[in-house]
Amino acid sequence: MPFVNAAHIARDYDVIVVGSGAAGGQAAYTLCMEGAKVLMLEAGRNYLPEIETPMFQTVDQAPLRGAETPDKPFAFYDATVDGGWTVPGEPYTQTGSDAADRFDWWRARMLGGRTNHWGRIALRNGPYDFKGHSRDGLGIDWPLSYEEIAPYYDKVEMLIGVYGSSEGLENTPDSPPGCLLPPPAPLVSDLLIAQRARRLGVPVVAAHRAVLTRPLDGKRAAARLHPGNPTAQRILAADMQQRAACFWATPCGRGCSIRANYQSTTVHLPPALLSGNLDIVTDAMVSRVELGAQGRARGVRFIDKTTGGEVEARGRVVVLAASACETVRILLNSECGRCPDGLANSSGQLGRHLMDTVGSSAQGQVPLLENLPPRNEDGASGHAVYAPWWLYSAQRAGRLDFPRGYHIEINGGRRMPGLGTLAGLEWLTGGSYGLRLKEDARRYYGSFVYFDGRGEMIPNDAACCELDPSVKDRWGIPVLRFHWRWSAHETRQAAHMQKTFAAIIDAMGGRMQDAVTDGAAAIRPGGSIIHEVGGAIMGANPTTSVTNRWGQTWDVKNLFIADGAVFASNADKNPTLTIMALAWRSADHILERMRRKEL
Amino acid sequence: MDRRTSIKWVLAASATLPLWASRAASAAEAGAAACARGADAAAPAAGYGTDPDLWRRYRAGELWPLTLTAAQRRTAAALCDLIIPRDAESPSASAVGVVDFIDEWVSAPYPQPQEDRPVLLEGLAWLDGEAERRFARPFASLSEMEQRAIGDDICHAPTAQPRFADAAVFFARYRDLTVGGFYTTPQGRSDLGYLGNVPRASFEGPPRELLARLGLPPELP
Repeated sequence: MPFVNAAHIARDYDVIVVGSGAAGGQAAYTLCMEGAKVLMLEAGRNYLPEIETPMFQTVDQAPLRGAETPDKPFAFYDATVDGGWTVPGEPYTQTGSDAADRFDWWRARMLGGRTNHWGRIALRNGPYDFKGHSRDGLGIDWPLSYEEIAPYYDKVEMLIGVYGSSEGLENTPDSPPGCLLPPPAPLVSDLLIAQRARRLGVPVVAAHRAVLTRPLDGKRAAARLHPGNPTAQRILAADMQQRAACFWATPCGRGCSIRANYQSTTVHLPPALLSGNLDIVTDAMVSRVELGAQGRARGVRFIDKTTGGEVEARGRVVVLAASACETVRILLNSECGRCPDGLANSSGQLGRHLMDTVGSSAQGQVPLLENLPPRNEDGASGHAVYAPWWLYSAQRAGRLDFPRGYHIEINGGRRMPGLGTLAGLEWLTGGSYGLRLKEDARRYYGSFVYFDGRGEMIPNDAACCELDPSVKDRWGIPVLRFHWRWSAHETRQAAHMQKTFAAIIDAMGGRMQDAVTDGAAAIRPGGSIIHEVGGAIMGANPTTSVTNRWGQTWDVKNLFIADGAVFASNADKNPTLTIMALAWRSADHILERMRRKEL
Repeated sequence: MDRRTSIKWVLAASATLPLWASRAASAAEAGAAACARGADAAAPAAGYGTDPDLWRRYRAGELWPLTLTAAQRRTAAALCDLIIPRDAESPSASAVGVVDFIDEWVSAPYPQPQEDRPVLLEGLAWLDGEAERRFARPFASLSEMEQRAIGDDICHAPTAQPRFADAAVFFARYRDLTVGGFYTTPQGRSDLGYLGNVPRASFEGPPRELLARLGLPPELP
């Protein structure tokens, strides 16, 4: 079966999955391994990490020393192809223009989507994160609890391989034994940050990332993940043996040809394809969901980009996993006589509650780290440690001027020099050049530490998307128009991040070039952290949400949403692990309902 | 990390553009063909696209034509080597192809290089003009001491005299490109003692004696 062209798809599938990233990959994996016949449609090209990934290439072999360009916005060797904040021929519009009210939309038009390049940070939401409104009256509660999703976090961690530790910290869930791989050794800078941050009460613990720090035990994992399904066990166990452990070199953002980290293309899709139950059509740009009899989805319509022709694919169930905003766009474009404002939009909530992550960063220079002896600090490509949110009690006591929390991603060390590594040193060197500059470069290289705050945004009415009334993409499909606004909740949080970074850097005896105190200046523009979620949120009430707790749309019984669009809140924890856990849970639900002939 | 630091660097660069650059930018926006002296509008047709071959080894000039004149390259090379001269550890910047990189950069069809182009071309022209004014020879023909006499006046924008303000912004940008171009070569990486990008069977933490020296425990608290 596997890769087929649009002209050769079957007449009917059990499930059509739109998208091939974290959500589509997980949904297709679960469905196929349990016997459902699945058609996956991906808008971008096929992508083969094993042979395409530029693992050891150095930037002196690249154009412009590998610098970011609009063609390759995360630098030349980033895994993303045909993607970025702009995609040729596929515009979007927005009502805002300055940094405060812009939303920039990242898309990756390739098999596996953005999972090929993501940061691999794989954090669980905690119990509080599903019940924010009940706790502080802001935002919206999820229609499910941590306990309901926890078994799926366990499964995803076992399947994809996540390193980390269990620390017993508030709202920062431990994983049951057997789920996590051991974390990599911290760098000198990590240990120094941990020591000094701790004096300020900031805990620094092992990060959680989807990188194999040792080989997976395929047989054991397969038995736990697919009890009673020997075929699935055999396929998964064999495939897991094909994944190598990290060899402690090369940046994860380029992807991984030895399959040592998670990307949909190296983890979800290979076993799903081996099951014989998956057909994949790439270059298939889905424009709408087609309705059939009794208000049920009949399938989807897509543009075959290789011919420009329109094709309809049919299935008993449709799962949208196109990424939060693309899924919203497809639904808005699926308007019909009975649903002039878009399909599954009887609540009018489609496009609302769009959220990104509050992001703010700082860099410090630390004299203690100068002139240290050369050593290999590639590690697992960054992020050995992080600081989970720690000020729960201060917040309960009303001592903070913002709600919810943030975590701090920590980096440092003697990383491979890039174009910017030693740029802009004047604030340290007084403008040296010549032999003195070469001495300064040796002195300062490896002495920098980097802090990235990642915090929770409260959804607001000014952050949403809708169809642009006139603009269409190159395929003739109406495009999204974004509205965006941060509230004081977010800008105050960004200001607090900066205060924390400055305090930690100070506690290390380090210095910052510029301290930012204004939160509105410190916060990164909407969309730049690429954690956009919401837009078709799940809820307990059909009048205020788009789907139920299974990602099943209230209006169309056989139409499910498996991606970040269903998030009712966007905790500080990076969304990918939660997207996969929810997709697995939705797929289990679909399988169960199909077995009962309810779908 | 690379992304973060270079974005920071790009932002810093655009925040400190000298007057001649903004003049050139607005002239370009108005559709005027002629920009400031030396800042001719080079607009090659296309970049490498959104799906370039990541496995090819690229050489400056093969994706878009290089545009520096022989005289500009001489000045560029002299300035590269004033910034990164040869020493016992590593060669000079021009010896490892940094002039080609700078030529590739100022000739590239992307926004940041296009924004830098007038700054860099004007700066190189200024440098030769200043060398002629002070020593009656082009910059590349000056002795190191003479070059340093000019360099010292423009190497630190915050303390440069007002008449050198634009030249100091140029110098900072040129230094960043030279340093970036140099330390990304095998010789530059080796000079810094970068030991990674090689596969290993295991990754141990830092040496105990180093941690002891810094007063750090070998593990997270």
